[in-house]
Amino acid sequence: MKLFWKTGEPYVLATGAALAIILVMSLALVGVVMSNGLGYFWPRALVKFELKDGTAALGQVTQREKNPINGTRRIQLKVANRDVFGQDFRWIDENDIASRSTPADAVLLERNENGNYFGFLRDVSAEGLTLAAATPYGKLQQGLKLVSDKQDETLKIKKQMSNLNNTAESLRLKLLKLEYRNREKNSAEIGEMTAAREKALAEFTLLNEQYTATQAGISRITARFSDAAGGSKEISLTEIVALQRPNSMSFFAKCGAYLERIRELLLDDPRESNTEGGLFPAIFGTVMMVLLMSIFSLPFGVIAAIYLREYARDGLMTRMVRIAVNNLAGVPSIVYGVFGLGFFVYGIGGSIDSLFFPERLPTPTFGTGGILWSSLTLALLTVPVVIVATEESLASIPKGIREGSLALGATKFQTLTKILLPMATPGIMTGLILSMARAAGEVAPLMIVGVVKLAPTLPFDTNFPFFHMDRKFMHLGFHIYDVGFQSPNVEAAKPMVFVTTMLLLAIVIIASSAAIYLRNRMRSKYTTSTF
Amino acid sequence: MALTQKQEGNAPILSVSNLNLHYGDAHALKGINLDMVRHQVTAFIGPSGCGKSTLLRCFNRMNDLVESARIDGSIRFNGDEVNESSTDVIALRRRIGMVFQQSNPFPKSIYENIVYGLRIAGVNDKSTLDEAVERSLKSAAIWNEVKDRLNESALGLSGGQAQRICIARAIAVNPEIILMDEPCSALDPISTLKIEELIEELKNKYTIVIVTHNMQQAARVSDVTAFFYLGELIEAGGTRKIFTNPEKKQTEDYITGRFG
Repeated sequence: MKLFWKTGEPYVLATGAALAIILVMSLALVGVVMSNGLGYFWPRALVKFELKDGTAALGQVTQREKNPINGTRRIQLKVANRDVFGQDFRWIDENDIASRSTPADAVLLERNENGNYFGFLRDVSAEGLTLAAATPYGKLQQGLKLVSDKQDETLKIKKQMSNLNNTAESLRLKLLKLEYRNREKNSAEIGEMTAAREKALAEFTLLNEQYTATQAGISRITARFSDAAGGSKEISLTEIVALQRPNSMSFFAKCGAYLERIRELLLDDPRESNTEGGLFPAIFGTVMMVLLMSIFSLPFGVIAAIYLREYARDGLMTRMVRIAVNNLAGVPSIVYGVFGLGFFVYGIGGSIDSLFFPERLPTPTFGTGGILWSSLTLALLTVPVVIVATEESLASIPKGIREGSLALGATKFQTLTKILLPMATPGIMTGLILSMARAAGEVAPLMIVGVVKLAPTLPFDTNFPFFHMDRKFMHLGFHIYDVGFQSPNVEAAKPMVFVTTMLLLAIVIIASSAAIYLRNRMRSKYTTSTF
Repeated sequence: MALTQKQEGNAPILSVSNLNLHYGDAHALKGINLDMVRHQVTAFIGPSGCGKSTLLRCFNRMNDLVESARIDGSIRFNGDEVNESSTDVIALRRRIGMVFQQSNPFPKSIYENIVYGLRIAGVNDKSTLDEAVERSLKSAAIWNEVKDRLNESALGLSGGQAQRICIARAIAVNPEIILMDEPCSALDPISTLKIEELIEELKNKYTIVIVTHNMQQAARVSDVTAFFYLGELIEAGGTRKIFTNPEKKQTEDYITGRFG
């Protein structure tokens, strides 16, 4: 027995067990998120329940559980039709069910507003249009196609409108500037610009009328549906985002619908206070913020580490700086948020505003949260990681390599750039990976310095200067918090929380994998083994 | 104590006079006087910690890297003072190359290792570099072994090959002196033999100063031997004389293996 302890076998077992627990925990984390997130898009059957009291309900079964009050089994049904029933979900006691069926003609509508609609199609009314299809469902599909074609046209008008709007806005800002500087001296220019702006605005109004008219024309095409409770509803085809008959879809059709939903998720804008639609702005905001953060923190951290390791004399000061850097990594992130607000937003941003954009005040330009300040705040948060990693990897380079380079007549700087930095790169990359993962997941400081629930514009677009660093942005981490806990319809938004979480995980994993791949390639190039 | 063997017509290329070196409070070199002659191999022998490597590193000012080192006295290289703060250290190191105890190839290709010294000196002409690579690899007697894999990493070479690459790297910049700090102490006997033969070759073009723990090696390759003990130069002279008929008792004791 004593020998058993002496061999160290128990400790080996303990280390193995610890590793296994960690592995199980990470897999469970990813598994829970994936199983909840991925299932959300699968077109689930619409089940019709005939109840014993003569009423009926149509919907998707979301969960079953024991009723905590009387102990019977009950089913949670997503009945949708929020505008008709008042809520999306209802509980049905299994004892009350007379019969259940999956009617083939039950339709699922995704709508622009009020969430989904579950029901049965009655007829399609298209004023002045002849729809050739024989069945009402065929007519509806035909009508939807027509409407979407027309909407593509209106999209062009919308684009023109947004361009005009941009022109008018930039003119307005220029005017403000001219007026602020000297109204009398610039009066000629002001007059010109005011005229140009008014022209743009007039054009805008004209286009807007055109747009409204076209829109009104299309919205006259409507379809009548009835729900399981017996009510009927007239829905304009413009309101319908997607149409499905999940009960009569084949497996492949379901796969197609699934992929279409994924595409929508990745590329479309959110709808319905973020609980429906896509996540593109949040994905874009997260990625851009992390990239900007890397651009700020990597050079800064590497240069600081080079100074600390290669040039600074080892003394009290250096040691204090080192301690400070290590402690910075442990400061709660919300503290950085508060600092970012005070220093970057109000301090630097406010100064920029009063120096360069005084005419726009009191409306702030840089003196309010934005993607630039968020990235800088996070760069500050992650720079210690980069510094420590760089210092460690510089320190691990054998002395002989430095001396070899110096003995050949290289200066310290040449040795640094040609030999030491390339050799330290894998270590620096490790630091960058860690800091990127940290930055992508950080939410608390961002809430103070620039993340919003819904940003009307991306921080990047085709208007000069393309990157709009002053704009607020959306972020997946904040999205999770917002959709999960701040949305008006938490139950309906639950799947979206898991989907968003999954995406955030995916982005972190993709970014880290790319960096790890790069690092390993470099590492194989610079491994030091001579024998 | 200037016990230098001077050959006719050969002025010293390196001349050390009254050199003292302190590491903080430790007196590492005590009043060294020594001349080294062009196209000769000078060997430094002595027990560990006797200061022979320290002296070697004075010649190309590698001791500048040690913050606590303090040097006084004079080292003249072709008559120019090495220890002055106005000395161009970069140029000095180009003219006095160095090979270390542990082979230290850079994590680059063999080709890039050899041309490193030229590149940092600003030479980027492809034909010049190619020519320098071939010349120095041939001089280092490793051309035949690596000529087909110049673009492979130098880290994949064996210890002996890597050490010869380091010698070739030092030769590539055309130095006048090559300092060797125990170049064979990490090598097997066959690689050691190759390096020794190489030293014999290189002597015709360069002046070599070699630090070694191996007395047979000193006897085999050097023309002049200097024996150090506890920071002092005990005796220096023709290798044959030192090994057969040393003047000092300490030298004799060390060579015959009675201590050290």
